[in-house]
Amino acid sequence: MNKPLRRIAIFCGLLVLALLARDNWIQLVQADELKTDPKNRRVAIARYSQPRGNIIVDGKSITGSTDTKSGDFRYKRTYKNGPMWSPVTGYASQAFGANQLEALNDGILTGDDDRLFFNRTIDMLTGKPQKGGNVVTTLNAKAQKAAFDGLGDKKGAVAAINPKTGAILALASTPSYDPSSFAGNGKSDTAEWSKLQKEQNDEEPMLNRALRQTYPPGSTFKVVTAAAGLESGEYDLDKATDSEDPYKLPDSQTKLGNEGNIPCENATVRNALRYSCNTVFAKMSHKIGNEQMIETANKFGFNDKELDTPVRAAESVYPKDNRPQNAMAGIGQASNRATPLQMAMVASSVANNGALMKPYMVDQLVAPNLNVVEQHKPSEMSRPLSSENAQKLQQGMETVVQKGTGTSAQIPGVTVGGKTGTAQRGENNSENPYAWFISYAKDQDGSVPVAVAVVIEGSDTLRSDIAGGKLAAPVAKGVMKAVLEGKQ
Amino acid sequence: MSSNVMTNTGSNTTVSPGGLPSRRNTEMAMLIFAVLIPVFAYANVGLAKDGALPAGMLGYGLGLCLLAGVAHMVVRRWAPYADPLMLPIATLLNGMGLVLIYRLDLEPLPGGAAAPTQLMWSTLGVGLFVAVLVFLKDHRVLQRYTYISMVTALILLILPVFFPARFGARIWITIPGVGSLQPGEFAKIIIAVFFAGYLMVKRDALALASRRFMGLYLPRGRDLGPILVIWALSVLILVFETDLGTSMLFFGLFVVMLYVATERTSWIVFGLALTVVGAVAVASFEPHVQSRVDDWLDPMQAFKNGSEQPAQALWAFGSGGVLGSGLGQGFSRLIGFAAKSDYIFATVGEELGLTGVMAMLLLYGLLVERGIRTSLAARDPFGKLLAVGLSAAFGIQVFVVAGGVMGLIPLTGMTMPFLAQGGSSVIANWALVAILLKISDTARRPAPAPAPSPDAEMTQVVRP
Repeated sequence: MNKPLRRIAIFCGLLVLALLARDNWIQLVQADELKTDPKNRRVAIARYSQPRGNIIVDGKSITGSTDTKSGDFRYKRTYKNGPMWSPVTGYASQAFGANQLEALNDGILTGDDDRLFFNRTIDMLTGKPQKGGNVVTTLNAKAQKAAFDGLGDKKGAVAAINPKTGAILALASTPSYDPSSFAGNGKSDTAEWSKLQKEQNDEEPMLNRALRQTYPPGSTFKVVTAAAGLESGEYDLDKATDSEDPYKLPDSQTKLGNEGNIPCENATVRNALRYSCNTVFAKMSHKIGNEQMIETANKFGFNDKELDTPVRAAESVYPKDNRPQNAMAGIGQASNRATPLQMAMVASSVANNGALMKPYMVDQLVAPNLNVVEQHKPSEMSRPLSSENAQKLQQGMETVVQKGTGTSAQIPGVTVGGKTGTAQRGENNSENPYAWFISYAKDQDGSVPVAVAVVIEGSDTLRSDIAGGKLAAPVAKGVMKAVLEGKQ
Repeated sequence: MSSNVMTNTGSNTTVSPGGLPSRRNTEMAMLIFAVLIPVFAYANVGLAKDGALPAGMLGYGLGLCLLAGVAHMVVRRWAPYADPLMLPIATLLNGMGLVLIYRLDLEPLPGGAAAPTQLMWSTLGVGLFVAVLVFLKDHRVLQRYTYISMVTALILLILPVFFPARFGARIWITIPGVGSLQPGEFAKIIIAVFFAGYLMVKRDALALASRRFMGLYLPRGRDLGPILVIWALSVLILVFETDLGTSMLFFGLFVVMLYVATERTSWIVFGLALTVVGAVAVASFEPHVQSRVDDWLDPMQAFKNGSEQPAQALWAFGSGGVLGSGLGQGFSRLIGFAAKSDYIFATVGEELGLTGVMAMLLLYGLLVERGIRTSLAARDPFGKLLAVGLSAAFGIQVFVVAGGVMGLIPLTGMTMPFLAQGGSSVIANWALVAILLKISDTARRPAPAPAPSPDAEMTQVVRP
C-alpha cells in the first residue's frame, strides 16, 4: 500500500503547491491592479482617511474637513459659505465625486500628486499620516460677497477680473447650492443631491452660470462691435457715423429700430454707445462684415473651446452667419452667445488698453509644508485692439456711465466705464430678457483694478436697455466698490 | 504488511523498529511557540486598534496555554510515541484562528462577538481530543464499527434536510439550548472510518477479482456496490443540501482511499470519469452551482451583479500584498457576513500578506504530510487507510476552501480547518488530529521486547 500512499503524499503536496502558486499570483503579480481597482472600497477609504487640503481665498480657507468618527470614510469635506463659493470650489463628495477646483486639483488636495512625492516620503518615514496641500485662489472675498449679495434671490451670475493680470476676483452664480449638504455618503446626502439635479429642480442650482452658461450678450456686445469699428479705421469715437434710423437689415425687409426715442441717426460712436443705438451698431457690424467681426470676437476670446481658468469655461461663440444675422449679431441679438466671464474679459481688455490677459483663478498650489509647488504667471492672451483705440473706447464707456444708460454704476470719485445690455429671449421676445452690465473701474492713480460682467434674468416690466442699468449695474457697482475699498 | 520494512535513514522518520526517542520534549518546545505566536498576535491587534494591549489577551493567552498544556500532558501519558508536529501545528492554527476571530469581532460585522464562543468550542475540541487519546486504546477498535459508522454517517448527512437552510445551504441542525451543528464535519471522520473498515476487508477482492474492460480493471458489482451506493447517496444528499464543498471532499476521500486500498491506478481514471459525469450533471440542473461557476470565472462582473464576496476576497488579498497591512489594520469587514467563517482566509491574506498566507498553507501542508507519513508508518492496513483518509480529507478541505477564497476554483463554502469560526469544525478537527496521533503512536511505539521463548532456552542448552 505504500506506493499509492507516496503518490497521495505527492498529490497533497501538489494541492498545497497550487495554492501557494495562486497566492503568489494574486498577492504579488496582481496585487497592484487589485489594490488600485477603483471599485475596491479600500481606495476610497484611504482617500478619505486624512483631511483634505484646503482652498484658500485672501489667506483664509473657504473649505474644511470634519472628522466624522464613524463609517469607512473618516473625513468629510465642509464648506464655509458654500452657496457663495460653490462656483469657485465646486464640490467634493464621498458619494458623488468632485468637480471644478476640487476635481482639477484633487492630487494636491489629497496629497497624491507626484509633485508631493518628497513630502509623502518624509511623512511616511516619520510615521505621519499623509497630508494634502492647499490651493490658493486669486479671488477677492469682499468682491465675491458683494457679487453674491448683489444677485440676492435673483437668477444670474457675476464674473470679475483684474484687467492687469487676468486674475479672477469674483465668480458668483445664483441660485446656488451648498456643497456641504451632500459631502458625505449617507441617505440625507443622496436626498440633497437628487434635489439639486436638473431633472428635479428647473432652477438648476448646480449650474455655474458665470463660467458654464452662455447667454445672448445683448447690447454689451456693442463694445466688441465698436472695437472692430475703431480698429477698421473707418470709424472714430467722435466722428458722425453714416447710419439711418430705422435701419433696414441687409438682404431683408425687416427694419430695425431703437428702444425709445433716442438720437441715433448718424450718431457718433460715443453717442451710439451712450444711448445704445441698435441702428448704428447693426450697420457697423454689417459694414465690417462677418469675417472681420469673427476675427475681432476671436481676439476677445470668443470661439475658444479650451478656455481654462483652470475650470473650463463654456465656449462663447460668434459664428459664421448670413448678412442680416451678422448685422443683428453686432448688437448681440443673433446667434452669438457669451458667458459672463467672456464679457468680463471684453471689459477688461478695453480697460487694460487693449491687452487681454488670460483669466485664471488659481494663483498657487502649495505643499503641506507651505512650499509653493506651482505659481501661476499672468500671460497675455491677445490684443484685440490697439492701445489708442482702447483708450477711445474707454472714453465711450465712461460716457455711458456719466450720462448714458449706465448712470446707476457711478461711484463718487472714481472713473467708471460700462455698457448696459438687455438681451431678448424666446420667440418674439416672449420670455424674460437678460439684463447685462459690463464695466470697469479706474482708481485715482489711473490703474484699473477691476472689470466686471453681470447678467441677471430680468422681469417683464424691464424691457428697455434701462434693464441692464437698473438690474445689473448696481450689482457691478457693488463688486467694483468692494475691490476699490479693499485696495485702499 | 511484511513487505513494509522501512529504511530508516535517520531521525526524520516516524517509524522505528526500535526505541526511537519519543520527541515529547520537542513537542513541548514547539508548543511554547505555538502559544506565544498567537499571544503576540493578540498584542498586535490591540496595539493596532486601540494603541494598548487588549483586555482579552491574558484570557485567551492563558486559555490557549492551558489547552496546549493539558493536550500535551495527555499525549505524554497516553500516546507517548505520537508524532511531535501535529499537536503544535493544530494549536498554532487554532490560536491564530482565535486571534483572527477576536480581531474581526472588533469590526462592525453582523453576529456579535464570536471569539469567546470559539474559545469555548476549542476547549470542547481539546476535550474530545483528550477523550479520544484516553479512551481509544487502539485505533483498530474502530474497525468493529464499520457498518455502524456507515449508518451514523448517513443519518448525520440526512439530518440537516429537516432543518431550514442558512445562507443557501442546508448543512446545519439546530439543537434547542445547545445551538447549531454542522454534522458534515463529523461525517467526514465517520465516513473515513467506514471506508477504511470496508476497504480493508474488500481490498483484495476489489483489486484482484476484476474483469478487464477497455484496458481498465473493473471490480465486481458485489464488491464495489455497497461503497458506491453509500458514496452516491452522500453526494446526492449533499447536492440536495447544496453543500458542494463537502460533496467534493467526500468524493476525493472516496477516490483516494480506494486507490490506496487497491493499488490500482485505474481507480483514479474511474474516479475522474465519475467526477466529470457528476460535475456536468450537477452543474446542468443546479442553478446554485452555475452561479458559483459564473462568479468564479468573472468575479468583477459578479460584483456588479451583486455577488460581492469573490471580488471582495480578491481585493483583500491584493491589498494585503507581500507583507500585509498588519493585524487589525485591514478592511476585512468589507467582505461581509462570511468574513469570520468561509472567508477568514481573506483576512489572513489582507493583514498578514503573502508571507502569512504562505506560512499558514505550509502549516496545513505539513500537517497533511505528517498524517500521510503516519499512514506510511502504520503497520496495519486499517490504520493506514484511516490515516490516509483523514489526512487527505483534511488536505482536500484546505484546498477547496483556500482555493475557493483565492479564486483558484469555484467557491463551495466550507470552513478552513481550525481557523474559521464554527464549533463543529473545530471539534471535529481536534478529534481528527487525535485519531491521527493515536495511529502514529501505535506506529512509532517500539515493538515490545520479545517474550522469552522456551524453545530458545532449550536450544541454548547445548552441552558439549
